[in-house]
Amino acid sequence: MTPSDAPPASPIWFEQWRSAAITRLGEPVLPSTDEEVWRYSRVAELDLASWAAPARAQDASVPDGAQAVLASLEAPAAVVVVRNGSVVHRHMAEGWAEQGVYVGPILDAPAAASPQDLLGSVAAEGPDVFATINDVNLIDPVLVWVPAGVTVDRPIVVIDWIDAEGVIVAPRLVVRLGADADARVLEWHGSDDVAAFVTSLVELDLDHAARLGFGSVQQRGSRVWQIASQVSRVAADATLDSAQVALGADYGRTRTDCRLVGRGATGNLRAVYFGEGTQTLDFRTFQQHAAPDTTSNLLFKGVVDDNSRSVYTGLIKVEKDARGTNAHQTNRNIKLSEHAWAESVPNLEIETNDVRCSHASTVGPIDEDQRFYLESRGVRTDVAERLIVAGFFDEVLEEFPVPAVVPIIAAAIEDRLDRRSEV
Amino acid sequence: MAELRIEGLTAEVAGREILHGIDLVVGSGEVHAVMGPNGSGKSTLSHVLMGKPGYTVTGGSVTLDGVDLLALPTWQRAQAGLFLAMQYPVEVPGVSLEDLLTEALAGAGRDVSLVHTAVADEAERIGLATRLLDRPVNVDLSGGEKKRNETMQLAVLRPRFAILDELDSGLDVDALRSCARRIEAATTEFDLGVLAITHYTRLLDELKPDVVHILVKGRIVESGGPEMADALETTGYAAWVTEDEPAAAAEADPFADPFA
Repeated sequence: MTPSDAPPASPIWFEQWRSAAITRLGEPVLPSTDEEVWRYSRVAELDLASWAAPARAQDASVPDGAQAVLASLEAPAAVVVVRNGSVVHRHMAEGWAEQGVYVGPILDAPAAASPQDLLGSVAAEGPDVFATINDVNLIDPVLVWVPAGVTVDRPIVVIDWIDAEGVIVAPRLVVRLGADADARVLEWHGSDDVAAFVTSLVELDLDHAARLGFGSVQQRGSRVWQIASQVSRVAADATLDSAQVALGADYGRTRTDCRLVGRGATGNLRAVYFGEGTQTLDFRTFQQHAAPDTTSNLLFKGVVDDNSRSVYTGLIKVEKDARGTNAHQTNRNIKLSEHAWAESVPNLEIETNDVRCSHASTVGPIDEDQRFYLESRGVRTDVAERLIVAGFFDEVLEEFPVPAVVPIIAAAIEDRLDRRSEV
Repeated sequence: MAELRIEGLTAEVAGREILHGIDLVVGSGEVHAVMGPNGSGKSTLSHVLMGKPGYTVTGGSVTLDGVDLLALPTWQRAQAGLFLAMQYPVEVPGVSLEDLLTEALAGAGRDVSLVHTAVADEAERIGLATRLLDRPVNVDLSGGEKKRNETMQLAVLRPRFAILDELDSGLDVDALRSCARRIEAATTEFDLGVLAITHYTRLLDELKPDVVHILVKGRIVESGGPEMADALETTGYAAWVTEDEPAAAAEADPFADPFA
């Protein structure tokens, strides 16, 4: 498919849906850092008026950067490349369409997927105004649709690339797994060296006993501002394994809302981040237990170097009916430079008894005993620190849902550590 | 023959002097046991020699074949040929044993192509289960496994001098025997010089000392032949520690094992 040849006439439902969003947004009011969830954020620096509205891509080729990521993946089940918000490439391996799998623009989705009911079905009006800004600026929302009972044993890949200067980009991904379906999805956020403002929104919808591995990699250029949300709804006995990697952007924020709505649902939420220069990487997490016997395990690990900053604030919320909940939240941070800054604020809000909850958070330099141990074997100090930092991320990366791209992530981390040694 | 020479070494922790002047010379292939009661400064001595942060050397010198070790950072002391088998080997999550040893050898400009084989061979010799070799360094290893792991690394790195800090603590009789035998063999295989710091004599059943030093309150109060260890076995440290002033209370090393 080449969208430039045949720009899809937007279906009426989509036009209506977007009009409603425009009305809802009105004159947008940005949040203030007085609100707890925006505390320590850089939202006050944002001037929406300085970014141009997006337009459907004229150039429908796949950017080189996206090609490089694709090259690392052997035989994916499906690939979609989104460029500045428009789908420019899609491919699905043989056999999946016959099983009812759909991966592509939501506007082209088959009626069986009821696309008009899917967009916004998990995020609703979204956790904040940036979700509505995403709604308003949508060009090609992407849908990954796996029908009930289907197992997709190769990765499904969505590459979201930006190479336009000075625009708002609104990537949107909706993943819907039917009952007992099983899939792994990789979302790759990359860019050329451009200035852009991105509002990314991901909706993950897991029906009964579905299993989704969702890997998200943010490796935008250093002039990109990204405010992203990942909202998931996990039904009974379903399992979400989410892993986020955040390396790029000037300001890169991700809010994660994991709603465990059915008995026995599980949400495993992991992330690694590595800030350098004057970057700010900002994470807000909500583990929401709304049903009995639900489990969530959160492990976010970050490193800040130079003058970079990271923010982690997390809330475990256990509702009245959610007895038998297991909820764990761990955030660990290493400060490689005395000028770097990491904030970590874990929180619990529990409205029932019969729960097992824990939270832990640490911020500190590289463990002195670990470094001494490696040095005592003859390993140079800078090499010892590289080994420890790479090892610190390992715990998350070894569980990454799409292992084929882990070497690219590891190489990007190595590059950062190389730049560090050169100083 | 190489020589590890410690002269008039004084050191303090948190402003408090723990070592009051240590003199020791260990030659290649020799085994010196440094024995002493709790709080005598044994662990401080091993940490100071390797350059662990938190200790301040206030006087004296330590040289390895004339090279001033105290002027070097820890990793260069190791590359100069010093090894410390730690009392409490540190868990380093995410770092593999092979990466550690490869970096250690590469840093010294040594051949790394045989690391994998050397690790496998030495692990077998020391009785360290192969499945443990794929784990991150020391992670989830038992006390005995950690000590076998220390000994295995020593054998792969082949230093000129090894300090064994309470190698015999926290391991069973079988593990102790394997570790001690391997180190004893190293004294002839690659002429390893050993400074074995220990509270008990059981390590010395397999690792035969040439010289035994008694360390009390930060000073070596007596040195002699292996027979001194045998005497200690029966009399303990009573002869060197006065009844009304137990050594442990007088000069506690903040890094010492609180459960020893």
